[in-house]
Amino acid sequence: MSIIEKIKNPTRRQMIVAGGVAGGGMLLGYAFSGPSRNAQAAKAVAGEGEVILGTWIKIAPDNTVSIYAPNSDMGQGVITALAQMAAEELEADWSKVEAFSAPAEKAFANEAFGQRFTENIHIPPMFQGLSDALMLKVAQFMNIQVTGGSSSIRWTGHHGMRPAGAAVKDMLIRAAAARWGVPASECVAKLSTVSHPSGKSATYAELAADAAELSPPSHPVLKAKADYTIVGQPKQRFDIPGKVDGSVKYGIDVRVPDMLYAAIKFTPAFGSDIISYDEAPILARRGVRKLVTIPGVGVAVVADNFWRAKEAAALLELKTDAKGNDKLSMEAIYKAHDAALASGEPKDDQVAGDAAAVLAAAPKKLQATYRVPYLAHACMEPMNCTVWIRDGKADVWVGTQSPLNTRGRVAEVSGLGFDNVTVHAHIMGGGFGRRVPVVSGFIDFPSEIDFATIIAKEVDAPVQLLYTREDDIQHDAYRIASTSQFEAALDEAGRPTAWINTYTSKDEPGEAPHVPYAIADRAIRSVESPTVVPRGPWRSVAHSQHTFFTESFMDELAHNANADPFEYRRALLKDQPRHLAVLELAAAKSGWGTPLPKGHARGIAVQQSFKSIVAEVAEISVSPTGEVKVIRVTAAVDCGERINPDTATQQVESGIIYGLTAAMYGAVTIADGGVEQTNFTDYEMLHLSQTPVIDVHFVDSGAALGGLGEPATPPIAAAIANAVFAATGKRVRELPLKNHDLTPMSDKLASFTTGSMAAE
Amino acid sequence: MSVTFKVNGTAHTVDVEDEMPLLWVLRNELGYTGTKFGCGVAACGSCTVHVNGEAMRSCSVTAADAAGAEITTIEGLAASLGAAEARLAPIQAAWIEHQVPQCGYCQSGMLMAVSALLKENPHPTDAEIDESITNVCRCGTYPRIRAAIHSLSNA
Repeated sequence: MSIIEKIKNPTRRQMIVAGGVAGGGMLLGYAFSGPSRNAQAAKAVAGEGEVILGTWIKIAPDNTVSIYAPNSDMGQGVITALAQMAAEELEADWSKVEAFSAPAEKAFANEAFGQRFTENIHIPPMFQGLSDALMLKVAQFMNIQVTGGSSSIRWTGHHGMRPAGAAVKDMLIRAAAARWGVPASECVAKLSTVSHPSGKSATYAELAADAAELSPPSHPVLKAKADYTIVGQPKQRFDIPGKVDGSVKYGIDVRVPDMLYAAIKFTPAFGSDIISYDEAPILARRGVRKLVTIPGVGVAVVADNFWRAKEAAALLELKTDAKGNDKLSMEAIYKAHDAALASGEPKDDQVAGDAAAVLAAAPKKLQATYRVPYLAHACMEPMNCTVWIRDGKADVWVGTQSPLNTRGRVAEVSGLGFDNVTVHAHIMGGGFGRRVPVVSGFIDFPSEIDFATIIAKEVDAPVQLLYTREDDIQHDAYRIASTSQFEAALDEAGRPTAWINTYTSKDEPGEAPHVPYAIADRAIRSVESPTVVPRGPWRSVAHSQHTFFTESFMDELAHNANADPFEYRRALLKDQPRHLAVLELAAAKSGWGTPLPKGHARGIAVQQSFKSIVAEVAEISVSPTGEVKVIRVTAAVDCGERINPDTATQQVESGIIYGLTAAMYGAVTIADGGVEQTNFTDYEMLHLSQTPVIDVHFVDSGAALGGLGEPATPPIAAAIANAVFAATGKRVRELPLKNHDLTPMSDKLASFTTGSMAAE
Repeated sequence: MSVTFKVNGTAHTVDVEDEMPLLWVLRNELGYTGTKFGCGVAACGSCTVHVNGEAMRSCSVTAADAAGAEITTIEGLAASLGAAEARLAPIQAAWIEHQVPQCGYCQSGMLMAVSALLKENPHPTDAEIDESITNVCRCGTYPRIRAAIHSLSNA
């Protein structure tokens, strides 16, 4: 295979390489660095504030276009949408386009593309420390991307897919022009074919070898949106056929010859030391091969069948030293929150004007305190990781939101070094933030990837570590429990003039607690109240708690002012046209203000997250005995533009149901230093029968692309709680709803009256 | 103990403990990985298979219970519904048409549960669907599952 590498524009911002591949095709790689979602994620993958996004496009001799995205699929359908962005700019024939999650295509690792990346060009600082920069291969770029922060379309798509597609098209057109001796400006690319008014035409495949000899353009020109034929269309997802016949392989489905299975007996309290255990009776059980101690975590039982491993692990009795952590309870955690709020050292989050002075002089005030518990992710595919260590090398099979971080963790834990670790990334049976490996300062807890590596070091065979559902619920990196205190200064009409908010645990993204409303004087501060309970990003991260807090409190202010909650918000969003547009659309589509059956009510909430703005109206019913049913959710979304309208709608439906499940039932609670919940029996899930009608509308504002994997989740809890207040007169200030007696005040009164009359 | 049963028409004899759940026989002993482990306590339905034509949660069926049974897994669903080799059954085509799966992990179990429902009741009402399909999906594909079922029942 002759690979001719051309490198253009070797700045630290953008790099393009192209070359021919066996059989006359062409391969183009594009890497781009840009700001990351947060400093913590950036630290893991790159230098401060940067991530690398790689995109690969291959044109095969049969004119098939293959698009390789560096992102991971956890169900969001993003690979298809990303391919649409590249194919659009490339003017590809969509019926001949394939798309893949890049790391799955191992062939690339052998096409040693990038040697020249490291010759005579500046090495971006983000690569330093990851591995020996001089040995860096472009192929490795494919592993450098965290899928999270609803960033795939915004970053990979806009900054990777689009220019890569445009660059390939430019090269194909120039190849055709040179072959025909005509100006490139006269050639037109369409449906994977370049043509000239003279009647000449050639398929991309016929031009690929010539095109591969050309220098990639330094600044590919993108199409006008008005000319789109693929972007904006509800193309079917590439990944779905393999998900209806059982053929797709998740990490849990990996089968390597002679592999063994491991289950862990965890210590009951977080952060305990293991003192001793009796392994003899466990080793005597059928199929059990070995026990491996994982210090501070538990003991793994390795067997020839997972059921044998888990049954044996369940019988193992660990003598542990909890080091006092077994005293930790939910009550103690909330007491610590209260103490931190009362006498901690608040750190400024967003402070403007003099909120305290405005409050002191205000004719009216309102105060409230809100609280949410820990949440587990409960991905349908329980956590697992398969590791095989032999001959100084490690192979890892896992579904992960960050193949690179995974590789780094295995390299560190195994001591084998980055270059001796190969990650075989699988699609994920749900991610939601759970499948991000350790990132210092963000997810500080070791996970199944570390544990599987520790076990594999001790076993002379491939080992698949698998969590039971109980392990998954009890050993997650939880959405934090948080308490948030509010005080608002109000004018005579009940409009807010100052906003004072102090909450526990600063979290990402930092802007989550900031409200969009026209309130000049603000004092938003955070206090810390750390625990040993592992924390991590949960779909929409800090927005999941803060939007419940802020949008519920706004609702309190509206009712306090005897105002309609929609109109009250509207008046305060005069200077926020995008917020206003989605708020008004959601209200209109939900029939806001129109009569409802007895016992029904609506609630509204709006939030911007990950550069998209979502307003939701929940219509609920509350029975006379307090049972809440969510009937309908109307969502209005401004994510700028939709790449694939169907997957966009899918993500909104998904985000709402994920948030709705947590609002209704979600609570992980701590007792004796461990998690009390065990399985779906006590960490309850929404079922089909409880699923509302979901009506999704978009404002195609044309604003910069926003994310969609997360933004539909934040508003739903507040929208429901606000509807509950409208229906019952009861303000829910602590989630989940299932913990509250939501018998409507009027029905309570009725039953009390009836009761007392009967007693007489 | 040695147990014999058929999976997707092929006879298998395995030497396992009586109480080993069918789920783990299928996944770990026989390599039918399309049947998924979700909870192990029959609460989520990810592991649903057909045992003698009836939808059952294979985490809660023991190997001994399965002796002599005809078992259908997701890999054999199309053939069991009469689809030609390498073709999809209408229910699978409807799942694609309605773009139901997201992560897809629960969908093997969903398809097995829904196919059993439709066999028994080709035109289920919403209430009957609610009653019968109690499988858990974390991605929130429920609205599309309902739409896909109705499209099949109206076909």
